[in-house]
Amino acid sequence: MLTGGELQIILLSLKVAATAMAAALPLAFFVAWALARWRFRGRSLLQAITTLPLVLPPVVTGYVLLVSFGANGPLGWLSREVLGLEFAFRWTGAALAAAIMAFPLLVRPIRLSLEAIDPGLEEAAKTLGAGRLRVLATVVLPLSLPGILAGVILGFAKALGEFGATITFVSNIPGQTQTLSLAIYSFLQSPTGDMAALRLIGISVLLAIGAIVASEWVSSRLAAGGASSRD
Amino acid sequence: MTDLRIDIAVKAGDFALEADFRAGQGITAIFGQSGAGKSTLLRTVAGLMRPERAHVEFGGQVVEDTEKRIRVAARKRRVGFVFQDDRLFPHMTVRRNIAYGARGNARPGQEQFDGIIALLGIEELLDRRPATLSGGERKRVAIARALMSDPQILLMDEPLASLDFARRERIMPYLERIRSRTRIPILYVSHEIDEIARLADTLVIMSQGKVVVSGDTAALFARSDLGAYLGSHQASVLLRGIFRRYEAEYGLMQVDLEGYTVFLLGPPDREDLPQPGTALRLRVHARDVAISLTPRSDISVRNQLPMVIEEVVSGDDAFAEIRGMVGLQVLKSRITRKTVDDLRLRPGMSVYAMIKSISFDRRLVQEHD
Repeated sequence: MLTGGELQIILLSLKVAATAMAAALPLAFFVAWALARWRFRGRSLLQAITTLPLVLPPVVTGYVLLVSFGANGPLGWLSREVLGLEFAFRWTGAALAAAIMAFPLLVRPIRLSLEAIDPGLEEAAKTLGAGRLRVLATVVLPLSLPGILAGVILGFAKALGEFGATITFVSNIPGQTQTLSLAIYSFLQSPTGDMAALRLIGISVLLAIGAIVASEWVSSRLAAGGASSRD
Repeated sequence: MTDLRIDIAVKAGDFALEADFRAGQGITAIFGQSGAGKSTLLRTVAGLMRPERAHVEFGGQVVEDTEKRIRVAARKRRVGFVFQDDRLFPHMTVRRNIAYGARGNARPGQEQFDGIIALLGIEELLDRRPATLSGGERKRVAIARALMSDPQILLMDEPLASLDFARRERIMPYLERIRSRTRIPILYVSHEIDEIARLADTLVIMSQGKVVVSGDTAALFARSDLGAYLGSHQASVLLRGIFRRYEAEYGLMQVDLEGYTVFLLGPPDREDLPQPGTALRLRVHARDVAISLTPRSDISVRNQLPMVIEEVVSGDDAFAEIRGMVGLQVLKSRITRKTVDDLRLRPGMSVYAMIKSISFDRRLVQEHD
């Protein structure tokens, strides 16, 4: 059975990853939409910034976050004063790091699914009297749902396993910022932690398999939704 | 009565479109080769393109006037657009597709929904998805969806182009029904002269981004100077006749044409016979009309109409086109130049136009009044 400590680590990891996804998804959808549909100045810049977390060493991303969102960083000050949100050495910081690291993985499948939608369908909806919001809700969102789900599953897995940026930005504080990967790392550092690390590694594998099964189930449900209408 | 007024100039890259015409109720066909600007015209009327200069008016409302800075958004224009590629929403059933248009504008009720479904004969399809429909079924659903939005104008972009001959034949009657049952103007883009001969009340001929000519379809078909656009080999005229009675014994219809009786084949299904007194549009190809200097009784051709020659147009090939009047209607005959010389056919001569009954286009259309 799971020990209390292990349960705490798992729940924290899930909380961090879920929060990261919930916060990043709307912005990721908007960025994917902009990249898929609009031709504007700075489009390639936006594309580069979106891809950056994927190619930068995670330690660098974590350091940039530390400098800007840390206790004395300008963005950290802003979010504390305006939003009342503290990131430095908190689980919220771990969620922020996870969200940023997962962002490119979230944007790409959504963008691909948006690009696959015939813009003519949106025109057709317009001539039928639909405003922007209605077109979004009734045409664009349903048709890009497979891409959104793929992005969320990929991003969630990435957020769950994030290591480098998290440890650099919010350190490795048990009960606060010590997610699964960080805990495994800590146990491996200690001479007596092999067994505990092994248990957590097993849990990670189970979580990963669970995520894969869940995504298979979701996509088969989506496919079935299309097929059942065929008879 | 003018229901529709269009005066637009659009620039898109190298392509420039200029069009200025008016039309009334019924079907106005926009005819021209691909690249003539037909689709651009429809998209501008729908508000999907931004014109350089425009005055677009239908249903008693100006929806675009660049000088007065009027531009009604596409979603508020109340156009029913039937796209060439249908554009049905793939994730919705046929029922939801059709109902989609009903929400934005004034909401038509269940009664109107049922009426439109029946008009297009798609009762059986309501719970299916677009991906499972045939081309003709998809087209009918797209038309139903456009009608359901309670439009002030119907825009149809080559609605039959993607269908094979048999499917076209099956959809045409639906289009004729829409024309006769709804009072809204229909802009109908096509490059098929047969569709236009059958459906169009008003014809707008376009070429290279400009309107060549526009007017009553039969009147334009009767002209001799539009062969370059309407096809001189395929030249035909549209005659207006009144159906009198059906001779069941021979399967022939008696039609009154300018006081003369012509015989033509009845429809394959007697159910499709019109009511006596109905005005019909008859199409006759010029190549099916022979000329005789005297009436003949020793010949199989039963339809012999006295005609006064108005014009003899010699082509640069072996043929000439004779244009003459039968009563008040124009008839064309395409014969060899040699025959013209042998018979010494000249304007002002009275001759007889000989038309075999089988030469009348059997797909009869009721004329609009």
